[in-house]
Amino acid sequence: MRRANVLPGFRLSLGYTLVYLSLLVLIPLGGLVLKGASLSAAQFLDIAGSERALASYRVTFGASLAAAAINAVFGLVVAWVLVRYEFPFRRQIDALVDLPFALPTAVAGITLATLYSGNGWIGRFLEPAGLKVAFTPLGIVVALTFIGLPFVVRTLQPVIEDIESEAEEAAASLGATRAQTFVRVIFPALFPALLTGFTLAFSRAIGEYGSVIFIAGNMPLVSEITPLLIISKLDQYDLVGATVLATVMLAISFVLLLAINGLQWWAARRHSGEADAPPEPARPVLPPDVAYRPA
Amino acid sequence: MKKPLRLALLAAAIAAAGAPALSRAEVALLNVSYDVARDFYKDYNPLFQKYWKTKAGESIELKQSHAGSTKQVRAVADGLEADVVTMNQATDVEFLADKGLVARDWAKKFPGNASPYTSTMVLIVRKGNPKGIRDWGDLAKPGVQVILPHPKNTGNGRYSYLALWGYALRQAGGSDKSAQEFVGKVLRNAPLFAPGGRDATTTFMQRKIGDALSTFECEAELIAREFGRGEFEVVYPSVSVLAEFPVAVVEKVVDKKGSRKQAAAYLEYLWSKEGQENAAQNYLRPRDPEVLKKYAAQFPAIKTFSVDEAFGGWGKAFPAHFKDGGSFDQAFGTK
Repeated sequence: MRRANVLPGFRLSLGYTLVYLSLLVLIPLGGLVLKGASLSAAQFLDIAGSERALASYRVTFGASLAAAAINAVFGLVVAWVLVRYEFPFRRQIDALVDLPFALPTAVAGITLATLYSGNGWIGRFLEPAGLKVAFTPLGIVVALTFIGLPFVVRTLQPVIEDIESEAEEAAASLGATRAQTFVRVIFPALFPALLTGFTLAFSRAIGEYGSVIFIAGNMPLVSEITPLLIISKLDQYDLVGATVLATVMLAISFVLLLAINGLQWWAARRHSGEADAPPEPARPVLPPDVAYRPA
Repeated sequence: MKKPLRLALLAAAIAAAGAPALSRAEVALLNVSYDVARDFYKDYNPLFQKYWKTKAGESIELKQSHAGSTKQVRAVADGLEADVVTMNQATDVEFLADKGLVARDWAKKFPGNASPYTSTMVLIVRKGNPKGIRDWGDLAKPGVQVILPHPKNTGNGRYSYLALWGYALRQAGGSDKSAQEFVGKVLRNAPLFAPGGRDATTTFMQRKIGDALSTFECEAELIAREFGRGEFEVVYPSVSVLAEFPVAVVEKVVDKKGSRKQAAAYLEYLWSKEGQENAAQNYLRPRDPEVLKKYAAQFPAIKTFSVDEAFGGWGKAFPAHFKDGGSFDQAFGTK
């Protein structure tokens, strides 16, 4: 039962996809796991469960979650403003959102460290208030928030564009308050895309190294991220130790991403289920997985 | 729109692939080096090219690659075709010897442990030295913060660490135990560990964090050029570690490329008067006593101990202090 497709070449493109994914993703990751598998379980756990490694997982995943959550809230605001309002320099501000993509991460890290250190433009106001950002775990969150911003904004923008303002008007005419309109009409439509943006920002943050090390302070047990420990192991020519940490990161990330995907699938189903109820099928088309689309 | 773009990309790719083949001189040497050696070799390479042209009548192309030294030797081990490596730590050359790329007795191939110049660790303090820092010992005082790069991950940080440790060993009643205690005290006073030498400098000089910066003597001059001479003072401690910068011919590569003669001459020339003067001009201490004397004004006398003397070589110092579970990790009470 082959469905007719506008574009021919299914086999060719599937083969290409498989080869491409294998070469770029599966084989390197497989090699990683294999290298780590050369150890006995006890040795593996000893490296993966060392005090420093455990502290670094907490820092890495904690800061990444915090940064992705901040981005989810403020990225939504930014995306909403950029799509829904007309104001001077809107296009220029829109372009600014992509800067964290383009800037070399080390440059971002050095710049943020300088801005947020005690005598920097921002740090000089924060430190007298008792808020130390640069060279503390908080600095890591700042760097990760910076690099994650475009993921949320760019994922949400096309979806916000697709929400027809008629839906809001209808809600208003049926007596919904503005808060109700947002919570019951707009937010459910945005939620899957918001989760996608959150996931992208989160996964990007977990692996981030270049910007973080310049602002983190890198103190053992306090502000060391797991990628730094991996580099440290490589500097000791301890390839196996490095792969152990990498495997652990991969496993945690995979489980977390799976959980978020599950949540997304649930949200998408729930939303479409609700929207199916009215007889008029005027709902915006929302694929469960809104692919990242740069504007 | 799409087609011309694709054609242009294809053309660019072909051009990029073909370009090196066209521009090749008679011989080309690749020198894989550590990060901050850029300035030194930028000055040295034209000197050697001139020398080689008159001596062998051959024009030679010299290519440089600079990055963190451990990263660099790993690239060489993975197949980067370096004719020579010029590093800032014996461990890195030793790694290549273990892989069979460099002669086992590389340290004996050239004079002075195959290190054409040396440097040492000094302290940079704020103008007027408000905390009265005169020696390594002052860094353990409460309220004194030292800035240094990460001792586990950077060459600069490791030398700083060994300077502290060696200083403690040389105090009355000094032992590994007292050294561990002293170094731990200093490190726990550190507000951060910078990811690299230059970033430590930026943190200290520009962000004004910390009371003292531990760094190579040659960096002090660069700081003066960058931030102005009146902005800081250099403190020469009572004793410090001798930093050696070993060089070696990559045997496997020169045999394959047939560039052994040129590669060996390139390194040998580092010990010539011109090479030694170039080192001095880059604020690296020349091995040649006459050249050192000539530049005595910029190299104050300082007592130093080499890593071989104080620690039995990098082969012992590295695992004892910088490997996981070594003395650095113990200072933070972790494994």
